[in-house]
Amino acid sequence: MSEIPILKIGDCLLVSIQVDMHDRLAMALQDDLTERIVRDRARGVMIDISALEIVDSFIGRMLNNIAAMSRVLDAVTVVVGMRPAVAITLVELGLTLSGVRTALNVDKGLAMIRGLIDTPERVDDRRER
Amino acid sequence: MPDSRVRIFSLIEQHHEAILADWLGRLRGGRGDGQHRDPEAPERARRFLQCLRRGATSGEADDISGPEWAPMRELLEDTSRAWGMQGFTPTETATFVFSLKDPLFDLLRREIGNDADQLGREIWLATRLIDRLGLYTIECYQKTREEVIGRQQQELLELSTPVVELWDGILALPLIGTLDSARTQIVMESLLERIVASGADIAIIDITGVPTVDTLVAQHLIKTISAARLMGADCILSGIRPQIAQTIVHLGLELNVVSKATMADALGLALRRTGRAIVNRAASAEPKAGT
Amino acid sequence: MIVESDETMPVRTSDDVVRVRQAVRARSVAAGFSLVDQTKIITAASEIARNTVDYGGGGTLRIEVLRNGQRRGVRLTFADQGPGIADVAQAMTDGFTSGHGLGLGLSGAKRLVNEFKIVSAPGQGTEITLARWK
Repeated sequence: MSEIPILKIGDCLLVSIQVDMHDRLAMALQDDLTERIVRDRARGVMIDISALEIVDSFIGRMLNNIAAMSRVLDAVTVVVGMRPAVAITLVELGLTLSGVRTALNVDKGLAMIRGLIDTPERVDDRRER
Repeated sequence: MPDSRVRIFSLIEQHHEAILADWLGRLRGGRGDGQHRDPEAPERARRFLQCLRRGATSGEADDISGPEWAPMRELLEDTSRAWGMQGFTPTETATFVFSLKDPLFDLLRREIGNDADQLGREIWLATRLIDRLGLYTIECYQKTREEVIGRQQQELLELSTPVVELWDGILALPLIGTLDSARTQIVMESLLERIVASGADIAIIDITGVPTVDTLVAQHLIKTISAARLMGADCILSGIRPQIAQTIVHLGLELNVVSKATMADALGLALRRTGRAIVNRAASAEPKAGT
Repeated sequence: MIVESDETMPVRTSDDVVRVRQAVRARSVAAGFSLVDQTKIITAASEIARNTVDYGGGGTLRIEVLRNGQRRGVRLTFADQGPGIADVAQAMTDGFTSGHGLGLGLSGAKRLVNEFKIVSAPGQGTEITLARWK
């Protein structure tokens, strides 16, 4: 069981990353989330990174992995709360996070998930508008 | 290196009151050299002598970077800044310092008098010291100018990248001038901060004012658009002139963003995307409905 | 050029990588970096630190805060006695989207800093120096 709490809101899972994660913690989170998606039959996963001051390629890969795994399990992943300095650095780093949807905050993230789950179109088509 | 045969430092300490009185007299007398329009000049002269005595304890005339010269350096920095702001030229400030030579040389001639060699050495030492102090004020002036220029450059960069909220949740970023990497950093920071502050869903990036779009500029645009997307805001590119469109195709640039020819078109799209529609008011019965 | 501070720390475990981030943050705050500049150098440090742990068999990081006239900077030197990199040029090409490999951290980290130097050869370990100036 990872030390990062996973909350259930309706048919969505909310993860709020508050600590500077070391690698073991990140791996544990990936495992836990995958398990919870199946167990709770979640349709959406929201990852709140508003407390993260640094997102490096390892964390980026973790986010990509979580998005990919949840997609396979027919759930939508949205990452919310990215800080401006982090976004600018990621862009400079060349880390595209192309498999991950992003929203400004939890409210917009939930709205985005609702929009994606409730419309009949397939999840993949909405990636780049 | 402190030389025990050197007398100037002990002379300064012994006769500092006389030196100050002599110097003040000359400043007041309004002679060409050292005349100063600032009423604070006498007070500064007093402090100058104090700092000179302090610095003299180091026995160093050539190197004023030591701790004994710290009060003098601070005084010179302060004087240079204050007088610079009052509009005095750096030459005037430096001349104030140089004018100390007169009373100092008079003192040396009085005390050392007959020994020509010694007198020559002491006057040369005094000259080197006073020159160094005067030049320090010029350096300070230079540094202040550079700080001002740096600040103005920064302000100019920020002023030329305004972010405007066109409507609830719709931002516009009209870019004027070339987009180099320094500018791109400022643009990204302004835009992203505004996205957070306004909760915007859409950012319209208008490049009407960007003269050319080459591979580098395109990269900068792509970076900005990617950064905005990571913050959850979609981007629309507008203001694409025909030549720009040709260049983009020629260079095979993949901008990967919706683009519109004009900001008006972009705004229309943004409004539709955010679920709004603009309707004409139905013609009312009153003939004088507002124009 | 004046060295205002100089410290060395081990980079052997993933916990050390977290400590590296904290230490680089502390130094870059001390050097007066803006938030974005801090984020960039800490992220670059995180990338290289991870490489040092994962591929270099563990090593050390030396953090120096420098002053060059008016400008201040932070210089990081990562060193390990690992297998070394056979083809440095290859390792420097972008590799983020192509999966695992040494290229993942290096080219990205280079873009985040002002100065980047890498000395590595098979059997001779690796030394990577990065510097960011305010």
